[in-house]
Amino acid sequence: MEPLGPWQRVELALLALAVDPVGLKGLWLRARASPQRDLVTEAVQRFAALPVVRATPMISDDALFGGLDLGATLSTGRLMRSSGVLGKPALMILAMAERCPAGLAARLAQSLDGPGFALLALDEGAEDEETLPATLRERLALFLDLDGLPWADVRPIHLDADAVAAGRAALSKLRLSDDALERLTATAAQLGIESLRAPLLAAKVALALAAASGHSAPEEDDLRHAAELVFAHRATRLPEAETEDPPPPDPNPEDAPPEPEAEQQDPQPLDRIPDEILLEAVRAALPADLLAKLAAGRAAKSAQGSGGTGAARKGNRRGRPLPSMPGKLGAGARIDLVATLRAAAPWQPMRRAQRPPQTEGFRLEIRPSDIRVKRFQETSDRVLIFAVDASGSAALARLAEAKGAVELLLAQAYARRDHVALVAFRGTGAELILPPTRSLVQTKRRLAGVPGGGGTPLAAGLLQALELARKTRAKGMTPTIALLTDGRGNIALDGRADREQAAADAQQVAAAIRALGLPALVIDTGNRPHPSLADLARSLGAPYLPLPRADSQRLSAVLSAGLGD
Amino acid sequence: MTQPFPFSAIVGQEDMKQAMVLTAVDPGIGGVLVFGDRGTGKSTAVRALAALLPPIDVVEGCPVNAAHPKDCPDWAAPNAGKIIRRPTPVIDLPLGATEDRVVGALDIERALTRGEKAFEPGLLARANRGYLYIDEVNLLEDHLVDLLLDVAQSGENVVEREGLSIRHAARFVLVGSGNPEEGELRPQLLDRFGLSVEVTSPRDIATRVEVIKRRDAYENSTEAFLKKWRAKDKALQKAILAARAALPDLKTPNTVLHDCAALCIALGSDGLRGELTLLRAARALAALEGASAVGRAHLRAVAGSALRHRLRRDPLDEAGSGTRVDRIVAEILP
Repeated sequence: MEPLGPWQRVELALLALAVDPVGLKGLWLRARASPQRDLVTEAVQRFAALPVVRATPMISDDALFGGLDLGATLSTGRLMRSSGVLGKPALMILAMAERCPAGLAARLAQSLDGPGFALLALDEGAEDEETLPATLRERLALFLDLDGLPWADVRPIHLDADAVAAGRAALSKLRLSDDALERLTATAAQLGIESLRAPLLAAKVALALAAASGHSAPEEDDLRHAAELVFAHRATRLPEAETEDPPPPDPNPEDAPPEPEAEQQDPQPLDRIPDEILLEAVRAALPADLLAKLAAGRAAKSAQGSGGTGAARKGNRRGRPLPSMPGKLGAGARIDLVATLRAAAPWQPMRRAQRPPQTEGFRLEIRPSDIRVKRFQETSDRVLIFAVDASGSAALARLAEAKGAVELLLAQAYARRDHVALVAFRGTGAELILPPTRSLVQTKRRLAGVPGGGGTPLAAGLLQALELARKTRAKGMTPTIALLTDGRGNIALDGRADREQAAADAQQVAAAIRALGLPALVIDTGNRPHPSLADLARSLGAPYLPLPRADSQRLSAVLSAGLGD
Repeated sequence: MTQPFPFSAIVGQEDMKQAMVLTAVDPGIGGVLVFGDRGTGKSTAVRALAALLPPIDVVEGCPVNAAHPKDCPDWAAPNAGKIIRRPTPVIDLPLGATEDRVVGALDIERALTRGEKAFEPGLLARANRGYLYIDEVNLLEDHLVDLLLDVAQSGENVVEREGLSIRHAARFVLVGSGNPEEGELRPQLLDRFGLSVEVTSPRDIATRVEVIKRRDAYENSTEAFLKKWRAKDKALQKAILAARAALPDLKTPNTVLHDCAALCIALGSDGLRGELTLLRAARALAALEGASAVGRAHLRAVAGSALRHRLRRDPLDEAGSGTRVDRIVAEILP
């Protein structure tokens, strides 16, 4: 049994989607705009059983759910409604899905849970963390990554229209055997897929593929392909883990299904089934870098969660009021009644004169151009980026204290809703230990694992913090860098042990940070204050706080003070 | 509207089901927080609960589901005060909901077309006497969290804006669900939930297969599946109604009060809310089981969900507060 070629995979996925878009919920298509992607989206649209609607993450609630069409209502004087795209059967193509905000994701997820809605999410994320929100990734059965796909493999997509039509007709008659369901479930468990949606979706894919091939029941190939299409991108561990302990006995035996109604309780030892055939299929399709990703933990995935949202910081809903602006109602804008009336007032006599003579009585003449909309400015979320020296000189006492300070600060940050990120530098380079998060659970876990020892690559640490700060700023947050070190940088940016070069590099990165206007704070954790660090702080334009013999409590107090709250 | 998945057909997740049924017996317990992995049936359970709950009597056309015409707000003008029977409302609060949609706002439509100043009620009005469900509650925007806290505490929604001054009853049970990996909830909001449960995907394959089979049966032969579980759901509904009736006469021995206090002191939980919730939940459970008085067994059964989320967080405690509660319960209530 040979694994599917990449383009075969694409075709099979599209076939399944064409047969049962509503059951499969849709496709997460990760690709930059490219001819390959155009081919796929075009095929999806051509064979869509549902009306196709297009949307972007900026779509407003009115457009989604329908609402009052204010322009038309004002001009006609009668109630005019606009219709929304949700609430009737549709296949939505969501462009730039990696920028989908959590709120929109939640609404779409809600629609996906209901009947008659499918989603094609076009994810153009450049970085690993920049991707479709997890709520949607979880619900869409299929995933295709076209970025690694060489153009040579690409050929026009042939979907047999007759097979699709026949498949749709046959679909409702097909059932998956209990045995097949069990195999899919066991395979998902083997791959470390927690969610129970995955086996259900795989079952749907198997049925759709069987229906399209004219099988009377899903056959071996259908199951194999379904497992490959649905499980490969969800796997969180390699299937080789068969030597692992058998699944732990159910901690609460009374939770187990045997309720009277449960089907005959066949005591089959399901954990015996390491379903080689299905596992083999999935293994062939596992992304090549899965190991690396697993090693990095579920960090990138879970920290991201809410997805990237834009930097729309001058909103019209909350925050400090700004002067109101001429604008259009809708999309959550709030009308500034007084300003609107004031704008309309000067024109009243003129408009009244122009009014058709048969209209009676006193009426305010308000035109769409009069409408003033409230605006507010809100402060964006703050991210504290800790750049922590984990080198040999600092490791002994200081690392533990720095860890403690970050934990304390995070606990305080709860109330203020600050995010915290952690960069550690040691040996020859710096490492992002914790992407920006508010999660205490993750911070604890990650902090505990920070190792110490080695040289002090101060410049590399600063550079990493700088990169992170730029990224978070692009997401509309306000980053602040807090550098905790004992100041004896001795590893240059290129990894050589060269004290002079190291100092020069550090100064250079510091200047870059200052040039970007990133606020920073330097905390000297050495036993004696180090003059070179004061210099560095000057280059950063940052306050310099020598802290001989500081403990976590004091460190945290100084951090709070230095950040001005 | 399709029939939701039957509540009794949910495999396992006993903690979550128990907590939800208890709030149905005594809404005063104050809501359930369900934290756990994706695809563990959180949303399914909430929607199933809605179908399970007994219907309520409301004044027809009343936006806040009032039981008597005199409770209807004066801005609503219901027609003739006819009483109709409606399912208990379960209102979804979407994450990106605007404040206007949640609390209600000036009805711009009527203001512009008819020149009348009228109030358009929001989600809080519709959730009155029912449930307000927030999926991914930990991602909810801060200003909405503050607002919900305020309303949940006072039981009243006050709107003062754009020349309107409106107040109406908003007593609802908050049901929140979320995934702790994506961010924590502020302790103030945590405390507001009466019970908190943690759900995980079932570990053993037999249970997982059973979940998949039932879901498959539900989707493919909906009618037969619903019929099969209807009797169980009905029985549960009956039990809830009986428990509601029995609740006022239930005895609470002094020893139980003492146990409650001892438990909360030993755990160092903040405030008295934990103690009160613990007692209420234990009473609801006793009523559900048809007992004549609350006992230690009831306390033990609900202590975890009533207290777990009220402990001061210890950043160095890896085990999590659930195990801490279990340990101390075992010590104090042998």
